Amino acid sequence: MQSNKEIKLTCRNVWKVYGEDPSQFFNNNQGNVESPVTHAQKIRESSHIVACGDVSFEVAVGEIFVIMGLSGSGKSTIVRCLSRLVEPTAGEVLLDGENLLKKSEKELIEIRRHKMGMVFQSFGLLPHLNVIDNIAFPLKLQGLTLEKRRERAQRVIDLVGLNGREGSYPRQLSGGQQQRVGIARSLAVEPDLWFLDEPFSALDPLIRREMQNEFLGIQNQLHKSIVFITHDFLEALRIADRMMIMKDGEIVQIGTPAELIVNPANDYVAEFTNDVPITKVLTAGAVVSAEQGLYDDPDLPSIGSGACIEDLLPVLSQARAVIVKDAQNKTLGVATAANVISALARETHRDE
Amino acid sequence: MSSNPGKFWIWLILIGLLLSTQFIGSYTPWLVNYPTEWVIPLTGILNAMMNWLVETTGWLFRGLSDILAIPVSVVQQVLQWVPWPVIVVLGGVASWAASGWKLALFSTLALLYMVFVGYWPESMNSLSLVLISVPLAIVTGFGFGVWGFRSKRAENIIMPALDMLQTIPAFAYLLPILLLFGFGPVVGLIASLLFAFPPMVRNTILGLKSVQAEIIESGLMSGATPRQLFWQVRIPTAARQLLLGVNQTTMAAVSMVIIASIIGGTADIGWEVLSRIRKAQFGESILAGVVIALLAMVIDRITYGFAGQESKEQSSETGPLHRHRYLLIAIVSSVTLFILSSFIPALREWPEAWVVYPADGMNRWLENFILNWSEAIGTIKTIAFFYIMLPVKVGLVDTISPYSWGFEFTPALKLMYGLAVLVVAGLAWFRQRKSLSLVILFFAILFYFGLTKLSWLMLITMASYMAFQLGGRTLAIGTLLSLLFLLLTGIWPQAMLSVYLCGIAVVISFLVGGFIGVLASEIEAVSRIIRPINDTLQTMPLFVILIPFVMIFKIGEFSALLAIVAYAIVPAIRYTEHGLRNLPADVLEASTSMGCTRWQLLTQVKLPLALPIIMLGLNQTIMYAIAMLVIAALVGTNGLGQQVYIGLGDGDFGIGIVAGIGMAIIAMVADRFTQGWSASRQKAFSGND
Repeated sequence: MQSNKEIKLTCRNVWKVYGEDPSQFFNNNQGNVESPVTHAQKIRESSHIVACGDVSFEVAVGEIFVIMGLSGSGKSTIVRCLSRLVEPTAGEVLLDGENLLKKSEKELIEIRRHKMGMVFQSFGLLPHLNVIDNIAFPLKLQGLTLEKRRERAQRVIDLVGLNGREGSYPRQLSGGQQQRVGIARSLAVEPDLWFLDEPFSALDPLIRREMQNEFLGIQNQLHKSIVFITHDFLEALRIADRMMIMKDGEIVQIGTPAELIVNPANDYVAEFTNDVPITKVLTAGAVVSAEQGLYDDPDLPSIGSGACIEDLLPVLSQARAVIVKDAQNKTLGVATAANVISALARETHRDE
Repeated sequence: MSSNPGKFWIWLILIGLLLSTQFIGSYTPWLVNYPTEWVIPLTGILNAMMNWLVETTGWLFRGLSDILAIPVSVVQQVLQWVPWPVIVVLGGVASWAASGWKLALFSTLALLYMVFVGYWPESMNSLSLVLISVPLAIVTGFGFGVWGFRSKRAENIIMPALDMLQTIPAFAYLLPILLLFGFGPVVGLIASLLFAFPPMVRNTILGLKSVQAEIIESGLMSGATPRQLFWQVRIPTAARQLLLGVNQTTMAAVSMVIIASIIGGTADIGWEVLSRIRKAQFGESILAGVVIALLAMVIDRITYGFAGQESKEQSSETGPLHRHRYLLIAIVSSVTLFILSSFIPALREWPEAWVVYPADGMNRWLENFILNWSEAIGTIKTIAFFYIMLPVKVGLVDTISPYSWGFEFTPALKLMYGLAVLVVAGLAWFRQRKSLSLVILFFAILFYFGLTKLSWLMLITMASYMAFQLGGRTLAIGTLLSLLFLLLTGIWPQAMLSVYLCGIAVVISFLVGGFIGVLASEIEAVSRIIRPINDTLQTMPLFVILIPFVMIFKIGEFSALLAIVAYAIVPAIRYTEHGLRNLPADVLEASTSMGCTRWQLLTQVKLPLALPIIMLGLNQTIMYAIAMLVIAALVGTNGLGQQVYIGLGDGDFGIGIVAGIGMAIIAMVADRFTQGWSASRQKAFSGND
């Protein structure tokens, strides 16, 4: 899927090692060691900590790439390596083909000012600034005039739906609203690359769901290249184009949500996928059968192939079959109750 | 003390040794009283060093002093020249901006009081010293704070130095400043600068450190340069802590400016109080003391108000007129009053004929009061003196006489005392309260012989062993060396006198304060009454606390004791209440659901759980008591406080500084002991790390 797309960000053999002298384990900060697993083992044995080891992935332009892992899996470290909030011990990070790790402090500041935006779990808002000044803060650092700052800030305020709260201070806002400010601030500089570090984890479930929808809505308009960190597997499934599961600083599996569900790389991934209600992941496209006779029946409702079974079921309950179409509006086949049942039976059986 | 059986026997042996040393002591006195021939003449050496320093570098400091004297006198003259209504209005508007109309009313009335009783010029002289020293202290403190924040090594040097500066009584470093800088208001300025900048350093380091990592990261990701990150992200985020530092620094400066006036040469309000106390003019000293208290409270509430303020809401939405309304009011009213004052002389200078100065009336009232209550006052004093203070100081042996207790301490009685102690201690031992039995034995010996007559050898041994138990080898060695310093410099007897007075004061403060704290935590009404009293006592400059006690009980150790208690009781109350009120709710709910009565809940759940916090309160109580001890020396005590004072009076640098360091040593040892104990307790509670 990403092969025909332009690559925005490449993370190549990135290592982050903590301890007394981490650089001793790498030649010239080269991350591509022969056998990463034994190398990591060796580092750990000499009482150093491998926060992330040999992490490689690519993010295409306009793609939502989700890094999912439990606490301590190194997901926050890796996203900080991408923006050099944390200096990687070894490896390469390429943004538009240029190695970020070779950039000087000054160049890095320029890149952060224009190409990157980041959203934080606990918002990271400045307590002494009101909403509009918080959002305009990155623009202020760039030295823009007040008028220009306000104008650009107002644009993102409209985007995240904070109109009317411009003069409020962070502590006067709810968690969801504070994160809207965080999102607006990270978008104020119109970055290409958008990092979100567990942006919705501090919010309660209902708000979280609402914010996820809004996030997807914003992405539909802006088409940023996104690295999204979460510990919530369901959240990852909802929003990811592709996702990466991490454990103990290492990659466990990379793939689309469906790939992970259908083909978990090992028991660790399966552990997550088992808990996922099949109806949320299995798509209409996966349960079609080619009963050509029904294709032109005008009474039958139709549904996109990407819709999950959960969304399909209510439609199906009103009709004997549903026509499934792909993004180009081409008919793929029909889904019937029998199709769905046999598909569910198949998947459930696989779990056992 | 521990329940460990090995330690129990060691303690028992130590106590036994103490007892036998006391008896052997009558034949070999050096075991009990450290011989004066063994004292190292450190004071002489220190004096010589100081003389050398003054001779060689005196010109530098005098020059500095002359330079600093210029802004001081300029500010003084400006404050004297500005008509009083202008300053009253400015104070009122500042209070209004800081916290609202209530404070504005209070500040205005307070400032008017200074005008009406005729202490305006003196108040302004004190204020001008504060106005100069506070900005200097804030800048210095902020600078060191940033340095300490940036470099771990700097922090490691700065922190212990601050501990030292804050535990050595301020009096002790008045003298070297006096010797180096010469007489005059500059001494007060330098002293208050030295005394006032440490809290700013601490708050700066704390504030800068406690900025959330994500806020820093968000600043970095917004593309902040290091300079932008510091000034636009870190500093504003830490603003509240920094302003708290400003508040504490200002208060320290105020209290030191007052204390420094003891040197004289400045016609300020501190000097007025001090000289009135010395002349035993009580009405006058109260009238002037109230000025100090009001001045301190106004400055404290204004700076605290600004520190606690929510940042100006909606500031960007409102017009400039509204945003700068306080400034506008201040300017307009000042100018108006200024012009008015050139037509109305009373507004320029409050006419002497209008001064309300009811000192004579107050003195007469006091005389009557003392006459009417002389019997009660005398009884209280006698009981406290003969039944508590003397036994602790010189022991029952020397206290009990037909004159004091009404009977002779015959050998038979002494035997009965010994037997009674053994029975009580034995009872405690049988009930498995072994530590308690040790405590009983020790205090029985202490009461019998008196603290000042206990063997230095055994006291040092026991203190060092105690230190070993509480904080390991480092603390033990530190304690041993510190106590040896007291011994070798020959201030051991005075140190024991200080420990005796402080000890009684701490016990009383802790017991009474703890009781009030418990009441306040259980009964909301008590808490509401006690809080403003505590606030007042804490902002009150230490001098002023002395006045009422000296008025009633005259000069002497008893007045000093009461003054120390009045000051040191505040942390005991505060920490007890705080500790009892902030317990994990689930534990309390669990206990209640098990059927605890309120009394059981308090004694068996709340108090044990709150103990670590209460012990921190004890720690603070001790620190407060030692701080007050030096001030109390003004009204007649014989401990180290008095030595410091003598050093200052005679210009004897050595005596003053050795006694000052001695007090700091006592304070630090007490601090480490209580903290060590509290820490080990807390560790036991949390189970791990």
